[in-house]
Amino acid sequence: MSNQRVLESNHPPATDAARQPITFLEAIREGIREEMERDEQVLVLGEDVGAYGGAFKVTDGLLDRFGEGRVIDTPISEIGFTGAAAGAAHMGMRPIVEMQFIDFIACAFDIITNYIATSRYRGSGPQPIVIRGPCGGGVRGGPFHSQNPEAAFFHTPGLKIVYPATALDAKGLMKSAIRDDDPVLFFEHKWLYRRPQLREAMPPEDHTVPLGRASIHREGRDVTVVTYGAMVHKVLDAARALEETDEISIEVLDLRTLLPLDEETIVDSVQKTNRLLIVHEDTRTGGIAGEIAMRINEAAFEWLDAPILRVTALDTPVPYAPPLEDFFLPQSDDIVSAARYLAGY
Amino acid sequence: MIEDERENKMSETQTTDKRAQAKDERAQEAANGGAPRDHPSPAAPAQDPDWEQEAKPKLSKEERTMGLPKEKLRKMMYDMLLGRRFEEKTAESYALGKIGGFCHLYIGQEAVAIGALHALEEDDYVMTAYREHVHALQMGVDPRSAMAELYGRIDGCSKGKGGSMHMFSAETNYLGGHGIVGGQIPLALGVAWKIRYRDEKQVMQVFLGEAAVNQGAFHESLNMAALWQLPLVVIVENNRFGMGTAWERASSLYDISQKASAYAMPSAIADGMDILDVYRVTKEAVDRARAGEGPTLIEARTYRFVGHSMSDPVHGVYRTKEEVEEEKLNDPIRIYANLLADLDTLSQEELEKIDAEVKATAEEASEFAEKSPEPDPAELYRDVYADEDINGRLYFDGRQ
Ligand SMILES: Cc1ncc(C[n+]2csc(CCOP(=O)(O)OP(=O)(O)O)c2C)c(N)n1
Ligand SMILES: [Mg+2]
Repeated sequence: MSNQRVLESNHPPATDAARQPITFLEAIREGIREEMERDEQVLVLGEDVGAYGGAFKVTDGLLDRFGEGRVIDTPISEIGFTGAAAGAAHMGMRPIVEMQFIDFIACAFDIITNYIATSRYRGSGPQPIVIRGPCGGGVRGGPFHSQNPEAAFFHTPGLKIVYPATALDAKGLMKSAIRDDDPVLFFEHKWLYRRPQLREAMPPEDHTVPLGRASIHREGRDVTVVTYGAMVHKVLDAARALEETDEISIEVLDLRTLLPLDEETIVDSVQKTNRLLIVHEDTRTGGIAGEIAMRINEAAFEWLDAPILRVTALDTPVPYAPPLEDFFLPQSDDIVSAARYLAGY
Repeated sequence: MIEDERENKMSETQTTDKRAQAKDERAQEAANGGAPRDHPSPAAPAQDPDWEQEAKPKLSKEERTMGLPKEKLRKMMYDMLLGRRFEEKTAESYALGKIGGFCHLYIGQEAVAIGALHALEEDDYVMTAYREHVHALQMGVDPRSAMAELYGRIDGCSKGKGGSMHMFSAETNYLGGHGIVGGQIPLALGVAWKIRYRDEKQVMQVFLGEAAVNQGAFHESLNMAALWQLPLVVIVENNRFGMGTAWERASSLYDISQKASAYAMPSAIADGMDILDVYRVTKEAVDRARAGEGPTLIEARTYRFVGHSMSDPVHGVYRTKEEVEEEKLNDPIRIYANLLADLDTLSQEELEKIDAEVKATAEEASEFAEKSPEPDPAELYRDVYADEDINGRLYFDGRQ
């Protein structure tokens, strides 16, 4: 990037204290912060991201460090500020746009799908913008504060979609997303933000995780479970249970990036286990599971010993009432039954 | 109707000065090597302290009541107090973990909804945003059913599926709380359009927070409402903050009522801490809308005494404790109680009696909610479409 000025890092060398395990949320913040230190073109904008530090405090402290010119509180004007960020990205700036809840990304749908996604194709060159925000259910947020809208964008060529499940990946993927020259939608499951058991120590060096590459969270022989986001943890619970009770060995594949989809890693795993279960928190019809199943159908049909199954949220809006939401969301038990069924097929 | 050219001009010059200053500072910083720095934010006009004197007519105590029957004046007090006590009970239940999710209370703003809704007729329509419990109650949603909704129970007005931000009651013409900032405004436009199309006599009243004024949906709707002269009354509840952002940090123009002039729409400012002023201003707008004379934009200047939501402290980052304490001196319930006492319309004793009554109602509502059953999972699929279960159930659903 010719017009990108990289600042000398005036960061103190990482001390042991700096390598204490941190939460998923802190990992995202650290990723943003380091990239802002590294590159003056990186800026953050959104509602209450400055003095307030963001509704979930993801951007807390950034205003003090970088000032109001780079940490910008916007009015509630999603289409306006997302469009403005896109225009600035054209000019080589690297804006990170926060949707206070990812549900509100729908307000900027036109700008993102019509404009940002097709921008390079229409001749703009790089479009280095990150649009991030808290997604997902399980916090009784009801229909407008719990959604997983990734499928709406998964269908749009020109966008990249990242959806991390661990603190290390959250930081590394955030840094890569910011450096990427294409538009990246970055989904942060709010249920993961402060889970103490997700705390991880960050490596002292510049830690990035490449976009477009899935990771195997747990190796297994019998069934491949492809998943992402908060569901990774429910799948891991299910895998442990199945190991213990049924001696079924589950391979857990965390997509990490949904678009571009890491087909190769999925195919490799399916060729090993010959059984595939896909789990996502988004609703079923038109969800990403359908696409993955079709890819396997095209690329590895003869390796399958069982039909491909999916466990997803049900095809309804996200309900508020706790028992309904719990029923709506995929649970470890559902994953256990589906995987057990596949293993015995 | 307020047209304050002077204030506008002043703020323009201020902005220009600040901009020039910012430019100088940037040049200076560039010379210093351009290290990360504090950028000045653009100047914005502070609230005009004299607005009240200009917008609010000087009326005697008797004139303020506009000849309203005593019964109505007392009912207004009852309704405000019920709103207050219901919200306090909600806060209590939330703290006990009986209510979950995101929950926004209306404490401090009661005069706006109660005053404005008293200006409506029985069959008029109302919509608002997510700070909605009191609007719902005032429209006739039973406090028990509102509380059951907050508890996520089957007897809730939306069967527990919506929760705090998404109450709805078609029977009472309460057309919902809406969780997307600004989203309800075009919907309200559509309701007003229906009224005109069918040649009905109702009025559509839509509420929004001041921060929603910055959504395109607001401006698009105002234009169409004025263009088509629809029976729409748009009430902006300016409580000075959109979450943690003060209005002057979010709008280049402080005076919201002036935004109507871009759409050749009449507008007015109401004192949102004075229920009778809200009533007076809204009644005029409602009467005009009903007479086919088109929409009005009303800015009700108010203040929330509580945090933005249950997870936001009352004061801290964006406002001081002193500020909140000072604003609380303008408690709309206190102001109205004093007036009614002065007019011998409601004695302290009677007030206390009402208070005891509404407290009992709120208490009873929470007892009812507590006992109401949780919705059965089968309820999940109901009301997604007219026909249940259009997409079918999961091929593999371990729960069946
Ligand atoms: C489209 C959209 N963007 C952001 C939000 C998050 N949000 C909820 S309330 C709020 C502040 C709104 O302030 P205001 O309109 O003044 O209403 P108040 O809360 O003061 O009643 C924000 C930013 C949202 N719900 N919808
Ligand atoms: Mg407000």
